[in-house]
Parts: sequence; C-alpha cells; structure tokens
Amino acid sequence: MNIEQKRKIESLVALTLSGLAAAIGLFWLVYILGDVLIHGLGALHISLFFNDPAAAGVEGGGLRNAFVGQLMITLVATLIGVPVGVLGGTFLAEYARGKAIARTISIISDIMVSVPSIVIGAFVYAILVRPLHHFSGWAGAFALSIIMIPVVLRTTENMLSLVPWTLREAAFALGAPYYKVIIQIVYRGAATGILTGILLSIARVAGETAPLLFTSFNNNFFSTDMNRPIASLTVTIFQYAMGPYKSWHSQAWGAALVITLFILLLTIAGRLILKWRYKQ
Amino acid sequence: MAIAPKKNIPELLFYSLTAVASFTVIIFIIGIIAVLLKESSLAIGKFGVVGFLTSTAWNPVTGMFGAATTIYGTFLTTGLALLFAIPTAIGIAIFVTEIAPNYLKAPIGIAIELLAAIPSIIYGMWGLFTLAPIMSKYIEPALQNSIGKLPLVGILFEGTPMGIDLLTASVILAIMIIPFTASIARDSFNLTPSVVKESAYAIGATKWEVVKNVVLPYSKLGVFGGVALSLGRALGETMAVAFVLGNSHKIATSLFDAASTITVSLANEFTEADSDIYLSSLYYLALVLFVMSFIILAIAKFFLLKAEKKYSR
Amino acid sequence: MKRILTIALLLTGLLSSNQAQAEEMLNGAGATFPYPVYSAWANEYNKITGIKLNYQSIGSGGGIKQITERTVDFGASDKPLKPEELAKANLIQFPAVIGGVVPVVNIAGIKAGELKLDSDTMCKIYMGEVKTWSDPKIKGMNPKLNLPDNAITVVHRSDGSGTTAIFTDYLSDVCPAWKEKVGAGTSVSWPAGIGGKGNEGVANYVQQQANSIGYVEFAYAKQNNLTHTVLKNHAGTFVEPSFASFEDAAATANFDPKKDFYLWLNDAPGKKSWPIAGATFILLGKEKKDSNIKVVKFFDWAFKNGDAKAKELVYVPLPKSLKAKVQAYWKANGIQ
Repeated sequence: MNIEQKRKIESLVALTLSGLAAAIGLFWLVYILGDVLIHGLGALHISLFFNDPAAAGVEGGGLRNAFVGQLMITLVATLIGVPVGVLGGTFLAEYARGKAIARTISIISDIMVSVPSIVIGAFVYAILVRPLHHFSGWAGAFALSIIMIPVVLRTTENMLSLVPWTLREAAFALGAPYYKVIIQIVYRGAATGILTGILLSIARVAGETAPLLFTSFNNNFFSTDMNRPIASLTVTIFQYAMGPYKSWHSQAWGAALVITLFILLLTIAGRLILKWRYKQ
Repeated sequence: MAIAPKKNIPELLFYSLTAVASFTVIIFIIGIIAVLLKESSLAIGKFGVVGFLTSTAWNPVTGMFGAATTIYGTFLTTGLALLFAIPTAIGIAIFVTEIAPNYLKAPIGIAIELLAAIPSIIYGMWGLFTLAPIMSKYIEPALQNSIGKLPLVGILFEGTPMGIDLLTASVILAIMIIPFTASIARDSFNLTPSVVKESAYAIGATKWEVVKNVVLPYSKLGVFGGVALSLGRALGETMAVAFVLGNSHKIATSLFDAASTITVSLANEFTEADSDIYLSSLYYLALVLFVMSFIILAIAKFFLLKAEKKYSR
Repeated sequence: MKRILTIALLLTGLLSSNQAQAEEMLNGAGATFPYPVYSAWANEYNKITGIKLNYQSIGSGGGIKQITERTVDFGASDKPLKPEELAKANLIQFPAVIGGVVPVVNIAGIKAGELKLDSDTMCKIYMGEVKTWSDPKIKGMNPKLNLPDNAITVVHRSDGSGTTAIFTDYLSDVCPAWKEKVGAGTSVSWPAGIGGKGNEGVANYVQQQANSIGYVEFAYAKQNNLTHTVLKNHAGTFVEPSFASFEDAAATANFDPKKDFYLWLNDAPGKKSWPIAGATFILLGKEKKDSNIKVVKFFDWAFKNGDAKAKELVYVPLPKSLKAKVQAYWKANGIQ
C-alpha cells in the first residue's frame, strides 16, 4: 500500500466515523421524540386537558390544573422577564455602549445564564417562600424570570448592536431625542432578532423543573391563585414519572408530549423568523 | 461613542428605566451570593471549607455532612458524559460543515438544535422508562461479560446491573449535551476562512487532512470554549439525572453503582431537610456548585475571548 | 410598545382579580405513607364542601420542615415528634390514621406472601451483608421456594421519610448491629442500595428492578400489585400484612394526649401483630388558629366519614376511643 492510498483510506475512515457520529446524534433525536410521541399520543384524551387529577392510584382524571398553572407561571415570568431583559439590553447597547459598566453587566449576565437553575430555586425559596410563609405561583414565576432576564438582555444587546449606527445618526440629525430614536428606529430595526430571542427564552424556561420544585411547589387541585401553590406540567411530570401508578406514567407521557411540542414549535418559530429576516 | 442623555424628562425616564433594568442582574448575582453565604454560614462554621469538601459523611441522623460524595458524583457523571459527548459532537460538527451535501446541512443543523431544545425533564423521564431497562437488560450485562472480565478496569463494571446508576446517568447527560457542544463546534468550524481550506485542497490534501490540519487547529480555542460551556451545563443539570442516578451518598467504585450529584441532592432533600444544619449544608452544596460553575464559565470565557480575538484579527 | 403594555396590564389585572375570589384552599405537605388515603379523602371532601385540600407528598422530613417554617397550613409525619421538639417549634400533633410498612420484592416466580423473612435477615439484607437471594439464611426459611442466585438490589428512600423512620426504628429495635452502625431517623446513612423518592419512588424502582427489595406503606404495595413478604414478628409467628395484623399491632397501643400522642407501634408483642406499623401524624402551627380550625374540620370529617375509604386502602382507622381523645385534644387547644 502506498502512502497515497493510506491517506485516502485514513480520510475515508475518519469521515465515515464523523458521519456515524451525526447518525448517532440523529438517532437519539428520533428515538426520544418517537418514544414521547408514541407513549404520549396514547395518553392524549380530551380528559387530560379538561379534568383535574383523580385521587392517587385511582384511574382517570386529567391535568387541567397543571396545564393552566404552567401557562400562568410561564406567562407571568415572561411579563417580568421580557420588559426587564429588553430594557436592560437597551441600556447596554445604547446608553452604556462601549463603557466599562456595559462590559461588566454583560459578563455578569453570562454568569447568571450559567448559574444552575436549581440554585436559583434555592435562592427564591430563601427570599420569597420562607419569609412570606407560603409557596406561591409568584415565587415560581419570579424564579423563571431570573433565568429569563439575562438571556433576553444579552440577545437584545447583541441585536441592538447589529443595527447600524448611521441609522441613529440620521435620526439625531432630525432632532429626535435618544429615547425616541431607540423606540421608533432602533427597536424596529432589531425587532425580529429580539422577538426570536424572546421566543427562545420562553422555550428555555417553559421546560424548567428544578427552579419550580421549591417555589411554586405543586397543587393537586385546579387553582389560578398565584398566591398559593400552583401545579405545573414539569413538576407534575417529575412526580408522576417517579410514582408507581400506571395511570400516572401514562399521564406523564401525555404531559411530556404536550410540553415538548410546545417548546419545539417555539424553537422552530424562532428559527423561521430569523431565516425569514435573513432573506429580506 | 455613547451619547449622554439630554436633560428632558421622558429621556431621563427612559434612561433610568433601562439602567435600572440592566442593574437587576447585578442585584440578582449579589443577592444569590449573599443568600448562599448567609444560609450556609452555619455549615461553614461547623465543618469549615476543607473539612466540608473532603468529608464523605452525609448523615442526617448524626448531623454530620460533607460534600465529597456529591462532588465526586457530579464530576464523575459530568466527566463520563463529556467523554461520550465530545467525540460524537465533534464528529457531527465535521459532518455538518465539511462532508454533508448542502441540502442536508440545514436539516441536520436544525435537528441538532431541536435536540438541544428538548427540556431536560423529558430526557430524565425517557431515561427512566426507556434507557434504564435497556441498560440493565442488555448493555450492562454485555459490558460486564466483556470488559468487566479484564483485570484492573473490571472493577468499574462490578455489581448488579440495575440501570439506575452512574453509567445510565452519564449516557443521558451525554445525549443532552451532544447537540449543545456540536452546535458550538460547528460555529467555530464555520469560522475557518475558506481561503485557507481551499489552498490546502489545492496542494492535494484529503478532506480529513484539511479537517485535521487546518480546521481543527484553527478552531481549537472555540471548541475548547464550547466544551467548557457544555461542562458547565452538565454540572448544573438536575432533572436529566435525578431520575436515574439512584440517590446514594457514597463513593461509587463501579459504574453500576448508584450515586448522587449536588443538583440531585438539592432536588431531593431541599424541602425535607428537617434540621438547621442539614438545610445549611444543602445551601453550602449549592454554594459549592455555584463556585464550580463560575470557575468553569471563567475558563470557557477565557478560551472564547481568545478565540474571538484570533478570528477578528 | 403601548399595546404590549396594555395587554400586560390587563393580564396582571386578570391574575390579581383571581386572588380576590380565591377559593378555600388548605395546603399541606409531608409523609408519603398516608398520601393515597389523604388524597382520596381530599377529593371526596372537595366534592362535598368545595374546599380544596392540597396535600403534597414530599416526605415526612419535608412535612416537619415545612410546617416549622410555616410555609404550609399543616405538616404530616409518620415519625412522631417528642413533646419537647413540638414545644420548640410551637407545634401541636395528633394521629390521623394507622398503617403498616411492608417489605416488597421483585423476584421472578415468587408471588405475594410466599417469601418469608425474619427481622435478622431483613437487617442483614439492608446492611448489605446478605447479598444474594440464594443466601442460606433466606433459603433456610424458604425451603420450598426456587430462589435465584442473583444479587439483591436494595431499594430505600432518598428523601426524609417517616416510612424510613418507622422502618429504621424497627430495625434498630430488633437488630443491635443496625442500631449501633446506622441508627433510626427520617433519613439515615444507608449501608447499601439505591434511593427512590417517596413511597412512590420506592414502589416504582422495585417494579422496574428485577431481584430488588424495598419497603413501602401497604397501600402502595396493594395499589401496584407488588409482591409483599411475610415477616416473623416479636412473638415468633410468621404473619401476613393485612388489615387484621395491622389492627392487632395497634390494639395494644396506648396513645397519650399529654405526650402529644408520641408513640411507636413497631415490634408489637401480639401473636398476630404485624411487626412494622405506625400511626401517621398531623402537625399544626400553634399560633395559626384560623387555618388550624379548617384543617381540623377536615380531619374531623374524615374521622366520621372516611373509615370505609381508609379500610379499602388497608389503613387502620383510629379506634373510637383514640378518636375521642384526639377530639378532646383539639378542644383543649381551642381549635374545634
């Protein structure tokens, strides 16, 4: 075998291996999604969405409480996280652009993004749950918003920085004050990017379990009261999947399917928006 | 470059609004550090730093706590997961950037990103119901009967193959971080200037030689940064491992032993710690985890900033 | 921007308006041992009164902790607190229902009630000293059974658990080595095995793991068709876990309201007594009069109307005389 052949064979082997790696990666995706789909579809009855849980070990019932609770917690987290994140990102990219403070806050945001979510749960337990003497939906939403804020803040900062500076200068020349320039021109220019960031950050927090365990806790009953413990899909999945009852397992799969689809749709929507924006 | 706000009221208002909003992250980080320190002060006082980190005790009956077993479990699961994930992830990145025909690049890229978006609790649940039985019935006995028979390494495969153990947890963690690592590696690979690659091809290099000698060295820093970020992610992961780790506060010698990580201990024991020193020790664990993920992020940033400088040159 | 703001305000308004008309809800947390019966009672109670009693089974350790922190309206624990512990946390305590902890196994070919074990073997299995099902100690007691040569997977609890407290208290009672090396408590430093979260988690792991052994409240074994074992009791007879043998264990018990009912039922002397049994307790914050009255109302209702449901799940309802004592205790504390 000459050296030429050897090189070719080596190349072939290495490339086959990397193709194999890609196949393995895709294999897991198909396997996990397929499993969730198969088991989940079997559990998707109307009653899953419109009934409340039955007593432990009793067949039937649904997860209406968890669906509604999850929506409320995620919604409130978004209502806190998005404005704060977008405004904060605005400060970094506009008023503090290039200053040390902007760099510092950027770095701190990155640290915040990497803080394990369960630590954030423990933090919120100490500052909201224990002093106020009750687990609450608010505490859960607040924990999620703490995860959300740095993500939105950093995306906003990046997206605003991409808006050409000349655009702002043109507006300044017309005598517009900075805040009007930001709201009417810069935001418009970066809107799709920011929207994508928001969608992805919602997708990120909607699947979080760990920060909710000690904050919004769980509730066997239907409740929309954010001052009390409130059910969420993720915590319910944890409880049900770890539980011994067949009906719990099946409902956990159903819930898993719904939440996975929701998050994948958000992610795909985010990508599509980016792509659509790219084309323009 | 930045323009100071003019002194009119709406301008000032908007300026302060954005400033306050951005300062919330500073408040959060200070708050988290302060709370962790305050809550763990009791345990820090009782066990000290070195004493806590090196003690393998975790005994709620006697009130003696140490972090060694959970830190060990955390490092072992994360380390194994990276061992499985990095080669696969880099393989995927090579495939997507260098080999795949153009019409496959986008779909595979999207598929990998979807895999990254699946919530960790789904991985955990899937691990318990699907992967653990497969591991205990087929893979682990097979390992035991092959590698397990060898001297020295055999000890790693001792015990009953339960499927609820370090190995299963590491595999799930690996599946979870593969897409994350792969997409960072892909982005770094894509930064290799095509001129450099073209010239390598021009002198007759094979595809693999281009990858090995041009792309990989060029994007090394970015990949290191990506690996460090994945490490941080695996370290802080709770739900994916909580289902299949078996929650045992012991130093495992076999991959088929149950173990515990810092995150899993927190998830399982936090609402249940009935004595002050117990809860304080859990907060102390959280603090240790926080510091660990901070250090790893710092390493990741170091590589990524260096990479950024290199590419921008 | 403005539109987003209006929507946000509207939504917050919606959410807060819900608080105004908040339904009656009581939050409790703790023991997983009585969860099936509390959950059944709560569903029934909700249908009759509209009051929602949200009970989360996070483990007895959690029940004690969360009521001590006052993050819930009541805590539940299978481990009774001593009067001085109660005084320290300003709590009151009463029993709600009695049940039995049973060893459950998952061995191919072995049916419920076939495998016989004695206290010493139980102890040695959990110490990690008896390692396989074919161990002579187990074989000797079960000459007719075809026990596999496989290793035993020991399953215990990962969380602070009253079931564990009852179980380890039993092992400490009957096995000096256990008492010396491990001790008793809601969570202990286990010499062997894997930990499942809650009675639910242990039941689940035992179902999934071949050749495993675990311990759960009997309702979990029954609801999930787990294979329970037969145990040798203090009097030396092998007994089946059943309503009768749990009741027998409770029969000799003398709960004393003056000690806030602090009592263990393990290793009862009766001939037909199941050896691992216990009452499960409710903990209330002394100063929380308003919510205490509501919680007590629920348990009073359960005492009067819940016995059938409890028996169905193989819990032993409190004997009449004990119920009267508990009711007197409520009155003495001014919450009924």
